[in-house]
Amino acid sequence: MTVSAFVKLDDVAKRWNGQLGVEGITLDIPEGSFTALLGPSGCGKSTTLRLLAGLEIPDEGKILIDGKDVTTSAASDRNLSMVFQSYALFPHLSVAENVVFGLKVRRVPKAERQQKLHRALEITGLLGFEGRKPGELSGGQRQRVALARAIVAGQRLCLMDEPLSNLDAKLRNAVRKDIKKLQRDLGITVVYVTHDQTEAMSMADTVVLMKDGHIQQIGAPEDLYSRPTNTFVAEFVGAPPMSLIASKALPGFGEDKTIGIRAENVQIAPKGEGRLRCTVIESEFLGSETLIGLGHADATGLCVLKPGLSMLSEGNELDITFADENLHVFDAAGQRLAG
Amino acid sequence: MSAHANLERRRQAIYGWLLLSPAAVLLTLFAFYPSIATLWSSMFSRGTRRRPSEFVGTENYADLFADPTFWIVVKNNLLYAGVTIPVSIFIALSMALWANSKISARGFVRTAYFTPTVLPMIAAANLWLFFYTPGLGVLDQIGSLFGLPSVNWLGQPETALWAIIIVTIWKEAGFFMIFYLAALQTIPEDLKEAADIEGASRWTYTRRIVLPLLMPTTLFIAVNAMINSVKLIDHLFILTKGGPSDASKLILYYIWEMAFAFFDAPSAAAMTIMVIVVLGIVAAIQFFYLDKRTHYQ
Repeated sequence: MTVSAFVKLDDVAKRWNGQLGVEGITLDIPEGSFTALLGPSGCGKSTTLRLLAGLEIPDEGKILIDGKDVTTSAASDRNLSMVFQSYALFPHLSVAENVVFGLKVRRVPKAERQQKLHRALEITGLLGFEGRKPGELSGGQRQRVALARAIVAGQRLCLMDEPLSNLDAKLRNAVRKDIKKLQRDLGITVVYVTHDQTEAMSMADTVVLMKDGHIQQIGAPEDLYSRPTNTFVAEFVGAPPMSLIASKALPGFGEDKTIGIRAENVQIAPKGEGRLRCTVIESEFLGSETLIGLGHADATGLCVLKPGLSMLSEGNELDITFADENLHVFDAAGQRLAG
Repeated sequence: MSAHANLERRRQAIYGWLLLSPAAVLLTLFAFYPSIATLWSSMFSRGTRRRPSEFVGTENYADLFADPTFWIVVKNNLLYAGVTIPVSIFIALSMALWANSKISARGFVRTAYFTPTVLPMIAAANLWLFFYTPGLGVLDQIGSLFGLPSVNWLGQPETALWAIIIVTIWKEAGFFMIFYLAALQTIPEDLKEAADIEGASRWTYTRRIVLPLLMPTTLFIAVNAMINSVKLIDHLFILTKGGPSDASKLILYYIWEMAFAFFDAPSAAAMTIMVIVVLGIVAAIQFFYLDKRTHYQ
C-alpha cells in the first residue's frame, strides 16, 4: 500500500475481568475505503468498533486516526461519526434537531447549520420530515435519520454498528445499496460491523473476519471466498459454506489434512467413476438451481448444485468428482497450506 | 348479525362497569361523598345548645377571610410549599443522577438516601427534635465547638418554620429520588454514547437529553410534592405544634385545630373546601399546561 493508513490499530487488546474481549487486533484502513468487520456474535467485532469510537479504552495497543494517536482520547475528540444498531435517536427531539444536535453542540453558526441540515436530509431523502419525532417514523426512516446525523458534520470517518439489523429483508437490500453509494459519493471512510456475510461481501472493499476476539483473515471479499486462510473462514464465508473432507477419504492427500471444496466445483459422476461415494440427505430447490445435500462419513457440509428443478430422493447413492485445482488444503490445525 | 354485535357491545359495557365499580364505590364512599358533605356543612353555622346550627351561606368563608391567623397560616404554607417543592425536587434529581452513575458502593448510597422515606414521619420528627433541642441537641453541640451561642431553632418565630421545612425536604427528597432513579434506568445507554460522539459534554447531555426525558417524572413528582406540602404535617405535632405564636402553623394543622381543639367544625369545613379548590386548580394547571410540553415515550 502506497498511502499510509488513515485508521490504524496496532496490537490492540481489551479484556473484561480477565475475560477475553479482543486480542492482538492489528488493522490498517486506507482513507475512503469501506471496511466490514464480520463474524459470529461474541467475536469482538462490536468491541473493536467501540474501541475505535472511543466508547471503550483499550488495555493494550495503540489506535491512530489520521496520523494522530487517539488511544486514550475521548470519543468527541476523534472526529468521527457513528450509526448505532438501535439508531440511538433522541426521542424528544425532532428529526431536524436530532440531525443538527452535534453541530449545535460544536457551536456551528445557524446559517451553516441550516445549510448542512438541508443537504444531509436531501441526501438521505428525508426532506419534509424535519418536524417529526422519531416515534412518528417508520423503521427505515429512523435508520435514515441516524445516517443523516452521521454525515451532517462531514466527518471523514464513519462507524456503523449493524445499522441494518432492525430492518426487514427487502428494505435491507435497498438501504445496503444506498449506504454504499453514500460512502462512494462522499468519499468517506466507513468501518461497518455486521454478522451478515452478504452485507459484508457485497458492500465492503476489505472484509475483516473475526472469531473469539482474534482476526482470522483480512482481505477483499473474493480473497475470503476463494483463498480462505483457515477452515473457520472456509466454513463461515459463502452460502452454502465450503464443505470439508478429511484427507484420509481421498487418496494422495495424506492422513491428517482437511480438504475444502465449494459446491459449485463439485460434479456428479457416473456410477463407479467418482472420487467419493455419498448418500443424498436432502434436496433444496432454490429457483434457478437445486442444492443437493450429501452425506459422507468423513465429510461435513458436502453438497452439489444441479441446474433447474432436480430433486433427488433421499437415501440415493451418488458418486461425485472434482478437479484438484479447485481443492483447498488445510493442515491439521486448520491453517491453509500454500496452493 | 346486528343482534350479535349489540349483545357483544352490551357484554363489553357490563364488563367495563364491573371493572370500574370497586374503585368507583370506594372513591364515592371515601372521597366524593365526604367532599360534598364538607361543602354542605361549611355553609351552616356552628351549632350550640342554645342556638342550633342554621344555614348561613358564605358567612363562614367571610369570617375566615377576616381572621388574621388564617392569613398567617396561608402565608406560612405558601412559603413552605415554595421552598420544599423546588428544593426537594432539585436535591432528589441531583442525588438520582449521582446514585445512577458508575460509583462504588452504589447500592449503599441508594439505600442511605432512601432511609428517611422508610422512617415514619413521627419517628423522623423525634429524631430531628434531638438535633434541634437547645443545649443538648446535635446542632448546638457542633455549634459550641466553634464557640457559637446556643440557638433554640424550634422555639423562635424566625427559625421555627425553616426548621420544619428542612425536616420535610430531608424526608421527601429520598422518596422522589427513587422515581428519578427508575426513570433514569429507562434512558438507553446508547443515547449517552451517541451524545459523546457528537461532542456533547456531560452537562449538555444532562440538560438537552436527560432532563427533557425526565419531564414526565418531574411533573408527577411536582404534583406529589405539592400535595405533600399541604398534607404532610405529622412533624408539626412533635416539633412545634404550630408555634411559637403561629410562626410554623400550616393550613392542615390549623384545620385540625379548628375541628378538634376549638370544635369549630364549620370553619374547618370551609377551610378544607378552599384547600381542595386551590389544589385542584394548581393540579389542573400542572397537568394541562406542562403536559403539552412534555415528551412521553
